Amino acid sequence: MLETIWFLLWGVLWAVYFALDGFDLGMGMLKPFLARDEYEKRVIYNAAGPFWDGNEVWLIAAGGVTFAAFPLAYAAMFSGLYTALMLLLFALIVRGVSFEFRSKVDSPGWKAIWDGCQVVGSFLPALLLGVAFANIFQGLPLDQNQVMHGGLLDLLNPYGLAGGVLFVLLFLSHGALWLSIKAEGDLRERAASTAAKLWPVLAAVIVVFLAYTWFATKLFTNYMANPALFLILIVPVGGLVMIRVWLAARRFWAAWGASAVMIIGVTLFAVVGLFPAILPSSLNPAWSLTATDAGIKASSSPLTLAIMLGVALVFVPIVIGYQFWVYKTFSSPVTREDLEY
Amino acid sequence: MDAILLSRLQFAAATMFHFIFVPLTLGLSVLIAGMETAYVRTGKELYLRMAKFWGKLFLINFVLGVVTGITLEFQFGTNWSRYSAYVGDIFGSLLAIEATAAFFLESTFIGVWVFGWKKLSPKAHATVAWLVAGAGNLSAVWILIANGFMQNPLGYVIRNGRAELNDFMAVVLNPFAWQQFAHTILGAFCVAGFFVLGISAWHLARKSHEEFFNASLRIGAGVALVASILVAVQGHFHGNEVARIQPVKLAAMESHWETRANAPMYLLQIPGENGNVLEALPVPSLLSILAYNDPDAVVKGLNDVPAADRPPVVITFWAFRAMVGIGTIMPLIALFAWIKRRDIAKHPWFLKLLPWAIPLPYLGLQAGWVVAEVGRQPWIVHGLMRTSDAVSPIAGGQVGFSLAAIIVLYTLLGAAGFFLAGRAVKQGPDAAH
Repeated sequence: MLETIWFLLWGVLWAVYFALDGFDLGMGMLKPFLARDEYEKRVIYNAAGPFWDGNEVWLIAAGGVTFAAFPLAYAAMFSGLYTALMLLLFALIVRGVSFEFRSKVDSPGWKAIWDGCQVVGSFLPALLLGVAFANIFQGLPLDQNQVMHGGLLDLLNPYGLAGGVLFVLLFLSHGALWLSIKAEGDLRERAASTAAKLWPVLAAVIVVFLAYTWFATKLFTNYMANPALFLILIVPVGGLVMIRVWLAARRFWAAWGASAVMIIGVTLFAVVGLFPAILPSSLNPAWSLTATDAGIKASSSPLTLAIMLGVALVFVPIVIGYQFWVYKTFSSPVTREDLEY
Repeated sequence: MDAILLSRLQFAAATMFHFIFVPLTLGLSVLIAGMETAYVRTGKELYLRMAKFWGKLFLINFVLGVVTGITLEFQFGTNWSRYSAYVGDIFGSLLAIEATAAFFLESTFIGVWVFGWKKLSPKAHATVAWLVAGAGNLSAVWILIANGFMQNPLGYVIRNGRAELNDFMAVVLNPFAWQQFAHTILGAFCVAGFFVLGISAWHLARKSHEEFFNASLRIGAGVALVASILVAVQGHFHGNEVARIQPVKLAAMESHWETRANAPMYLLQIPGENGNVLEALPVPSLLSILAYNDPDAVVKGLNDVPAADRPPVVITFWAFRAMVGIGTIMPLIALFAWIKRRDIAKHPWFLKLLPWAIPLPYLGLQAGWVVAEVGRQPWIVHGLMRTSDAVSPIAGGQVGFSLAAIIVLYTLLGAAGFFLAGRAVKQGPDAAH
């Protein structure tokens, strides 16, 4: 029971991470295409300003919970995906620093360096997270000793790349919607029209990815065994539809919220399909790392899981509470007076 | 080269670089929060300007600490997966608690601190500063409880082929961890004190912004004095704990080879990996007294430890000497600064010296962690798991690539940060950027 709860919490943490950091990664990728001058660039940086650091901690928490609740899976995942994770790490490092350093020196060359870091540092995480998770969905070549075979290039298979494209699109759309909230004037119009143009592409890619998932993975097994679970699909599909509706009505907060719900829904749909595997083995299902006894049990002891559940039940609601307050405090569009970055 | 040596080098590089920034974050965040509270209480504009000037330097430092911290959490999985699998039940949960209970708070409110000057009242802003400072120091508690488990594992049982938690409170209340926490935090306040002291002196030597930097210098001198005295006193008790729990580390710190009562310390000593190259001018019983507060105490020597269970002696010995040496100089400098704080302008040579004292506590902390971590070898978890059994089953080439990338990337980022901090210092308070 504890293992199942933790499996779901593990999925929720990743889902919230994608839904929050997704928009600032998306804005980082959109910046060179949407900003026409230095002021607009700064608006984009400052639209993420008060939030990006707090958002990124959801990744640390998701990684930490993988370590705490499923140490065998953490060990196999992080060592097996070594090079991909190092690239993700370097990207997040230069991105984080670019926020803080860019505006400190008034020179075009200096700013160009950090602009480049911001774009690469936003694109690579989106792509790599998509590639990594798609590969987890289809199973990784894990042997009976939890050692993964193959390197970075093996991850770049067609389904893995499809996952990368999906994540990049999800985050681009999410970022365009956030910028529609936080920018004013021309920049807002460009952001909103970008979101509107991305929508049919995103909808098509989601449908194609779902169909591809049917053939490339075993994610639908749980759903076929228990068709009521298909109701989960209402969440991402409903979110996707409502993005379009609310975007047309220029209700940007609602559209962004729908996008966040969609990202969470997509993630949970996949996580429920994965259960009980955290890392399915493509070599032999018995070698999959699982939350329960179905494969190689990757969970921590009941005592650790119980203590960690107590910690999560106390602190995660508190975190959500104060992060909600921060979003509310800084909800208005960025103006000239607000520029700190 | 093999994955294990490269992974160790990578861990050392990533951790030592991360720990350039963390101590200043821990100490300076508290000083800035104090300045904001002083502004709220007195309404004096000076304190607000102080919080903003030191805050600007704080932020440049803070972001480098945050982004390099992610590397550390990842590295246990990427490079030390066997360790992660073996002790993750305990160690992983401590890192997860750190993220949920402390790091979230710190990272969320640093954004509010930066962007909230106009949106929040001075009182609310000061509260945010205290939240950032408190959360940072709370982070340190959990990280050092995790490290404490590696130094002095408690509260576990070996079951299912791994170390499993059986007493959470024993892990959390690990006395060794709390000694390390106290030593690290006091060291961090030395860093913050000497940082403020040195930069203030740099400006005072140039007679710029004298009111501002005289006031800052007094804060720096006070903090540096109290912290450098406390870190030395507490360090003695921390040393007693090391002697009791890790006698082999103690022997390596002193390059002490013969097990004996009334163990002496040598004023002139050159250590080697198989015995001292030179030992002269012994002070009788001094080592027994320092380690156990008893001249008759028996101090274990490295000759009684199999060579395979000994840490690298030369590195541990000299790192300990460096730490203690710096720990001795710091209170003297801080004391002089404190005594002369009201007429420091009469001592221009001292104002010129103080900026050069800024690196001292940094070097002391780095040396201290070399003692703690190198001195723990060959164990990754003292007495429970060897470092050589902990490394991931990965190719050396991958690690070579990431190590090279980390060194290049960190050097560039460090240089950029140093450049920015230097610029901000020279511009002084009230600069636009």
